[in-house]
Amino acid sequence: MKYQVVIGLEVHTQLTTNTKIFCGCSTRFGAEPNSQTCPVCLGFPGALPVLNKQVVENAIRAGLATNCSITQRNVFARKNYFYPDLPKGYQISQFDLPICQHGHLDIEVDGETKRIGITRIHMEEDAGKLVHADIPGVDDSCVDLNRACTPLLEIVSEPDMRSPDEAIAYLKKLHQIVMYLGICDGNLEEGSFRCDANVSLMPVGSTVFGTRAELKNINSFKFIKQAIEYEIERQAEILDDGGKVIQETRLFDPNTGTTRSMRGKEEAHDYRYFPDPDLVPVLIPDQWIEDVRATLPELPEAKRARYVAELGLPEYDAEVLVSSRELAQYYEETVALFPQAKTVSNWVMGEVSRALNEDNNRSITDCPVTPALLADMLKLMEKGTISGKIAKTVFDEMYKTGKAPEKIVEEKGLVQVSDTGAIEAMVDEVLKNNPAQVEQYRGGKETVFGFFVGQVMRASKGKANPAVVNDLLLKKLKG
Amino acid sequence: MEIIDLTIHELHEKLKAKEVSSVEATRAMLDRIEAVDGQVNAYITVTPEQALVEAEAADKRIAAGDIAPLTGIPVGLKDIFVTKGIRTTCGSRILENFVPPYDGTAVAKLKEQGAVIVGKLNQDEFAMGSSNESSYFGPVKNPWNLECTPGGSSGGSAAAIAARTATATLGTDTGGSIRQPASHCSCVGLKPTYGRVSRYGVIAYASSLDQVGPLTRDVTDAALLLGAIAGHDPKDSTSVNTTVPDYVAGLATGVKGLKIGLPKQYFIEGLDPDVKRAMDEAIALYKSLGAEMREVSLPHTEYAVATYYLIATAEASSNLARYDGVRFGHRAADARGLKEMFAKTRAEGFGSEVKRRIMLGTYALSSGYYDAYYVKAQKVRTLIMQDFLNAFNEVDVLLTPIAPTPPFKIGEKLADPLQMYLSDIFTIPVNLAGTCGISIPAGFSAAGLPIGLQLIGKPFGEATILSTAYAFEKETQWHLKKAPL
Repeated sequence: MKYQVVIGLEVHTQLTTNTKIFCGCSTRFGAEPNSQTCPVCLGFPGALPVLNKQVVENAIRAGLATNCSITQRNVFARKNYFYPDLPKGYQISQFDLPICQHGHLDIEVDGETKRIGITRIHMEEDAGKLVHADIPGVDDSCVDLNRACTPLLEIVSEPDMRSPDEAIAYLKKLHQIVMYLGICDGNLEEGSFRCDANVSLMPVGSTVFGTRAELKNINSFKFIKQAIEYEIERQAEILDDGGKVIQETRLFDPNTGTTRSMRGKEEAHDYRYFPDPDLVPVLIPDQWIEDVRATLPELPEAKRARYVAELGLPEYDAEVLVSSRELAQYYEETVALFPQAKTVSNWVMGEVSRALNEDNNRSITDCPVTPALLADMLKLMEKGTISGKIAKTVFDEMYKTGKAPEKIVEEKGLVQVSDTGAIEAMVDEVLKNNPAQVEQYRGGKETVFGFFVGQVMRASKGKANPAVVNDLLLKKLKG
Repeated sequence: MEIIDLTIHELHEKLKAKEVSSVEATRAMLDRIEAVDGQVNAYITVTPEQALVEAEAADKRIAAGDIAPLTGIPVGLKDIFVTKGIRTTCGSRILENFVPPYDGTAVAKLKEQGAVIVGKLNQDEFAMGSSNESSYFGPVKNPWNLECTPGGSSGGSAAAIAARTATATLGTDTGGSIRQPASHCSCVGLKPTYGRVSRYGVIAYASSLDQVGPLTRDVTDAALLLGAIAGHDPKDSTSVNTTVPDYVAGLATGVKGLKIGLPKQYFIEGLDPDVKRAMDEAIALYKSLGAEMREVSLPHTEYAVATYYLIATAEASSNLARYDGVRFGHRAADARGLKEMFAKTRAEGFGSEVKRRIMLGTYALSSGYYDAYYVKAQKVRTLIMQDFLNAFNEVDVLLTPIAPTPPFKIGEKLADPLQMYLSDIFTIPVNLAGTCGISIPAGFSAAGLPIGLQLIGKPFGEATILSTAYAFEKETQWHLKKAPL
């Protein structure tokens, strides 16, 4: 039988606040185990949570950026279960009154736009980590509670995706947005952006969803695709054999690309959610929402549209340039200094990106060629001081040394030669040495023209002004 | 008068006049504990060395002219308050050897004033009980009659006042746990409005009901001690940011023209005759002082106990989940695997009353029962709050008994938990409404057992119930009577 896959995603984004959601401990990653803890995040008797306001603000940002309505009376709830990495025996989360509801994101797959619903976004605290003791002969697990109580937003989509590609497109879009908002560092490997996928199959044409499996432990975009594809195969096989998919949680194994059962429905928890009496309801007045809205950055979709409409960039350029907030910012800063949108786009997408890639995927924010340097160099090109070819040399030198382009041009003697007399001597020399090609050209084979240009440029060591070279060559060949 | 018999304000005057040093007062109290606590069992932990160090520090402060109302005063703390470096058990085996790394806010405030902490007081396990019989460290005996319970859960805090083994103590009140033992031991016990005193560093039983308050020898001390611990605390989101009045300054306001309400649901058939007589005498006295009596109705009173045992146990079932043997406290020695460690640790660590309430609360929150029990209880709680607000539209203060009977015998109600639960019928509604109440000595039964009177105030109306209590105390001698120990 042919099946239609139905996918819903739950994304946990760790917020980049300096301190935890309910205490003043640092959220820095990678510190000595249990060094960033206090009575509150250790769940000691008598300790009480106090909400970090920045978390609420970040949640509002996420909600506004994903077209959600913001819940104005927020309640935190306790989710009760026992686990050694959960200090209080409950997780403080939100249940029936999440901070954001009824949002959506538009994704594009194969040129088609599709709207993916966002059911809810809620605030919660993370648990700690179990670490297997690396001591020979010791079979104990250790608990590191540095991560306990760090702030998370759980972003839950509607089961609106119908292919692994749609799932990836949604995730990438969401990832891009939280990065633009500056609320999450987006690091999948360190677990700052974690995704669980709910996957089920139904016969093509059906409208009744099948039983779903929840896939966990997927920490890269590549793995998400793998995990979903494997799950489609697995479930299809079960259904084809007349079996039933059981509702369960399955763990993705990146080594084998498969999923395996973690716990079944029979072990499903009754979390006994109830409002946390230690925290008062958080009221979010309209003014707060509007204040946050005013600080939202221009989001990728709007930016892309503006690049096309106002700067006249091709769709492709716009798409590439807005892929990260930092790249877009670099581009815009350069354009502000050198207002030729397409030329700058060519350089940013070309030389700048190439140099960064070759330099160990260096971040654009760390690029030695600042927007100001790049703009200065483009101005030299525009004035005709250097040719496009020399510009590439200058760029590489700027990247290596961070020196100003004028200085490089001067030091290396790269100034373009526009002196007609000097170039004319070189043109004459080239024509004299290549009589056969001159014959061909005059006989009507005009493609040989490029050959002459190349020869003159080589003779000038690239410094001859190409426009002057063209003019003179034409004059001499035709005349 | 001996040092151990003095109130806070009396001892303060002597310390200030340098008639007595804090070290002398503290020694006297430690000697008294040594002499009589074997009979009373009010203390779980006595801290003589630390107490004397603190007393010496207090004497230095006093010598330097830096004396606050509590400087150098020997106080005891219910063992529910976490104390840095001092074992804090909450009356439970599961915390038998737990030494907290921090002080709670109320304790820190006492320390700032230079109070001397002489020890940690016995209580019902996790404050669950009305007789102090659920403590892992044995029952507390009532100093007025050692065969009787001192009430609970702050039984040690009340018994220490009656036994004169602390000048003043702190307790907590979730359903009557300060007021009822205060009544049974003939001392003053105040349960402030929810949010008046920080709960930070108080081991949680039922977070929406728990409140910290003083147990003292007289009303002035209660006003003093409340003033010292009250106020907004950024570490407790439920503490309320309103100014703390000078409770002592307002004590002499008087009751002339004060409207006192008598809730008809609290003066029922079956009220012990001695209790009834004490209430009648109190009403007559207030009338003679110019107060106006009015009958009022709190129609949802009969649902209070059931409501309380759903909400309190639900919260407790979650609050007590952290005692899992992973990070602190008791851990079962021979468990194999995680689940067994959790189960054995908790089976060994908790007593039967605590287990009963965890199970009740877990049930009330379970899927399929949540709406019928927890949600419904919250709705009834709102109605009970409304009852009080309606009554306070008509009157300034409510006057009621604290308990239907004088103190009962140890063991008398253990076999029947429901009977025990019902004995808190007059105190529980105040916690559900979140408002304040005070218990003051109001007489003795024919058998010589203490009887307390409850005054209930509007939310944040502590000053009014204190001045109302003070007017009564001025005209009576009950609070001056000493337990025969």
